[in-house]
Amino acid sequence: MTRPVLDDLEVGAVVGTRTVELDRAALVRYAGASGDRNPIHWDERFAREVGLPGVIAHGMLTMGAAVTLVEDWAGDPGAVVDYGVRFTRPVPVPEQGVAVLEVTATVGAVDRDAGTVRVDLTVTVEGARVLGKAQALVRL
Amino acid sequence: MAVNTAYAGRSYAPTEPYAVGREHVREFALAVGASHPAHHDVEAARALGHPDVVAPPTFLVVVAQRAEAQLIQDAEAGIDFSRVVHADERFTHHRPVHAGDELVTVLHVDSITERAGIAMVTTRCEISDAGGMPVASVVSTLAVRGEGA
Repeated sequence: MTRPVLDDLEVGAVVGTRTVELDRAALVRYAGASGDRNPIHWDERFAREVGLPGVIAHGMLTMGAAVTLVEDWAGDPGAVVDYGVRFTRPVPVPEQGVAVLEVTATVGAVDRDAGTVRVDLTVTVEGARVLGKAQALVRL
Repeated sequence: MAVNTAYAGRSYAPTEPYAVGREHVREFALAVGASHPAHHDVEAARALGHPDVVAPPTFLVVVAQRAEAQLIQDAEAGIDFSRVVHADERFTHHRPVHAGDELVTVLHVDSITERAGIAMVTTRCEISDAGGMPVASVVSTLAVRGEGA
């Protein structure tokens, strides 16, 4: 597998895009795998009772799904040394059908001395950003 | 009940070791759609220099969440989980996490601030391996809406 070369990277360049579809089954699977069993991610009535528009995706699922693009680009998931996001907007997931995340990764900064690149992620649902300041630091 | 701001600055005793299982790494990777072979195939992971399958960058939420429960489930802390929204999360890895790791976590409550009826609770999990070497820091902020907010 070829890995990106630091000297070839230009700030602002898009390194990849990905579309992620989340349905209710995906939320149940993530609840099981992560141990986050908060009912707002699977119980419509409970979600509405606490003031949400309905069942929403785990923010951590959106965060984890978005960075898969960076892992694959880096060629080694272990190269992602730092990853942070702000959760700016909930992602409602309908009972039927899917929520669609559009993920774009761009080069945010290159530190040749440290051998790292900051990859900035834009994650939108229906055109609205759901993550803020989503940045992954990759060691190459 | 309001969030108890006196908990800011508190640190907890190290947790019991958490054993990272190979099948759990694979299951978590599948759940977030992480299809890189290093998460699933031991030989592919070893080819990249890892001792076993590599956990996805957000896998440590599983470990951090258990440590954070010491605060969240403490009734005296006053955090009503039905009024909680996750505000931000950050993972800083000193090294990748692999199947076979035994991880110990020390939970710190870095800050609790209140503004406009919303309490922002920031915790930090310092995670180290069985030999005491640092593995990662996980910083998480929860927004807790007050009764009127």
